[in-house]
Amino acid sequence: MSQERTPCIETADLNLWYGSFPALKKVGLQIAAGQITALIGPSGCGKTTLLRCFNRGNERFGNVSTTGEIRILGKNIYDPDVSLIELRKSVGMVFQRPNPLPLSVFDNVVFGLQIHNRRRDLSRSRQEEAVESALRDVFLWEDLKDRLHTRATALQLEQQQKLCIARLLPLKPEIILMDEPCSALDARGTRAIEDLMYSLAGRYTIVIVTHNMAQARRVSQECLFMLLGELVEHSPTRELFLNPRNPKTAEYIEGRYG
Amino acid sequence: MSGRRKTAVLTEKTMEALIRLCGVSAVVFVFGIFFFVFREGYDLLPRLDYREFFTSIEWYPTSQNRVRYGILALLAGTFSVTVLAMLLAVPFGLGAAIYVSEFCPPKRRETLKVIIELLAAIPSVVWGFIGLTVMNPLIIYLFRVPIGLNVLNGGIILALMSVPIIVSIAEDALKAVPDTYREAALALGATRWQTVYRVLLPAARNGLLAAVLLGVGRAIGETMAVLMATGHAVHIPTSVFDSVRTLTATVAAEMGEAPVHSDHYKVLFVIGILLFTLTFLVNLIADLTVRGIRNK
Repeated sequence: MSQERTPCIETADLNLWYGSFPALKKVGLQIAAGQITALIGPSGCGKTTLLRCFNRGNERFGNVSTTGEIRILGKNIYDPDVSLIELRKSVGMVFQRPNPLPLSVFDNVVFGLQIHNRRRDLSRSRQEEAVESALRDVFLWEDLKDRLHTRATALQLEQQQKLCIARLLPLKPEIILMDEPCSALDARGTRAIEDLMYSLAGRYTIVIVTHNMAQARRVSQECLFMLLGELVEHSPTRELFLNPRNPKTAEYIEGRYG
Repeated sequence: MSGRRKTAVLTEKTMEALIRLCGVSAVVFVFGIFFFVFREGYDLLPRLDYREFFTSIEWYPTSQNRVRYGILALLAGTFSVTVLAMLLAVPFGLGAAIYVSEFCPPKRRETLKVIIELLAAIPSVVWGFIGLTVMNPLIIYLFRVPIGLNVLNGGIILALMSVPIIVSIAEDALKAVPDTYREAALALGATRWQTVYRVLLPAARNGLLAAVLLGVGRAIGETMAVLMATGHAVHIPTSVFDSVRTLTATVAAEMGEAPVHSDHYKVLFVIGILLFTLTFLVNLIADLTVRGIRNK
């Protein structure tokens, strides 16, 4: 890509309140395209809230107000001409607990295609191709190719979480948001998801919220440290862990609080 | 110390026994009711002309010449009113439940739920009264028919009575769908309506089916309101403007006049057994369908 270093996500002066509680305070950041960026910080510091801003996922909750700017690929997502549906097509999200829909594996993967296309534009063969390629991308194809019609909710958690990533891919998202994607998984599952993230990075911009600093260190190229709704430090991961610029970051990564 | 512990153990045991009794009592009552209804009607069962009973429309239980117990017209009455009521109540009830649970702002939701529960609390005789004094002239005026006490009237009244039941059970069923499903669908860019019909309705189908069938049960079993609203004419309806009489209304209206232990009295209890069997079948079918869906 020629525009390698242009920011994929950019915020300026972003404030967010739950009722009268300020959850994000003047957050300004730039997240580079094609990388894995980790959001770290203690519980309640606004990591997940910030992540949900990028697909306007906070709007489901009634008492949220937001000011400031969020630009995704240069476009302010609060502009009136931005379609929420298109935004969510290009910004996919993976949740803490794997949440496959109570449908078959196949239907989970093509769910996105089905809701965004008219039925007659969506041939069976196109759907089958999409399922195979998405499942191959998340290393599930070999395991599930003979079980495409079992209920997704009956799979192992690790497979469920991979499936939740796979179902984003047919929509060709630019960005994948991951909200502690491994917190429900064991060590093996965590490792599998992390391997998957490496293989997806480059093609997609990945932003991951994690409580696990070792994980942030393993998977991310850049790291954002947040505290009480403020962005404290944004550095390349290696630098943030070896030479934190801010004393609060240093204290957090040394485990003095968190 | 040990005395206290003994009391605690005793309380525990008593409570357990009491709660078990409550659970078992439902079974006892169902069998008890069936037993007593059966006892009143059973000695007519071998003597009854079943062919006439099920296929004749002639219901003349007090005829001087020849009594005839044909319930076909009564079955048709029950069936027509129930079907019409469900045609009206199921879409309205499910629609209202979807609105209340998924689209309505939280404040309005509370108000609506209170009003819907209020609707469920209206006694059936009041509904019958509304059928008699409000719907009757309204139907005569609107459709220019000679009488407004008919299938349409009974169907609307029964629909109004079933809707609150369907709404509250269907809403519970939708509420019980984990929020993570909504979150997942919305994050994939689904609209709220797409989320409802592609994810929530399939996920809640057991509960929704239960809601509909309880509505059907309510409609089949309802007596007072249909007695007052349907015109009480033993007749197979050919349009919704025909008066009919239902099985339940017949039992309610004639029970007081039939001499105890006469054949007329007994045949009313046979109708009771039939109603019991019908509702039992509806519940059984519901149960089996729900099970079938679950195992799939």
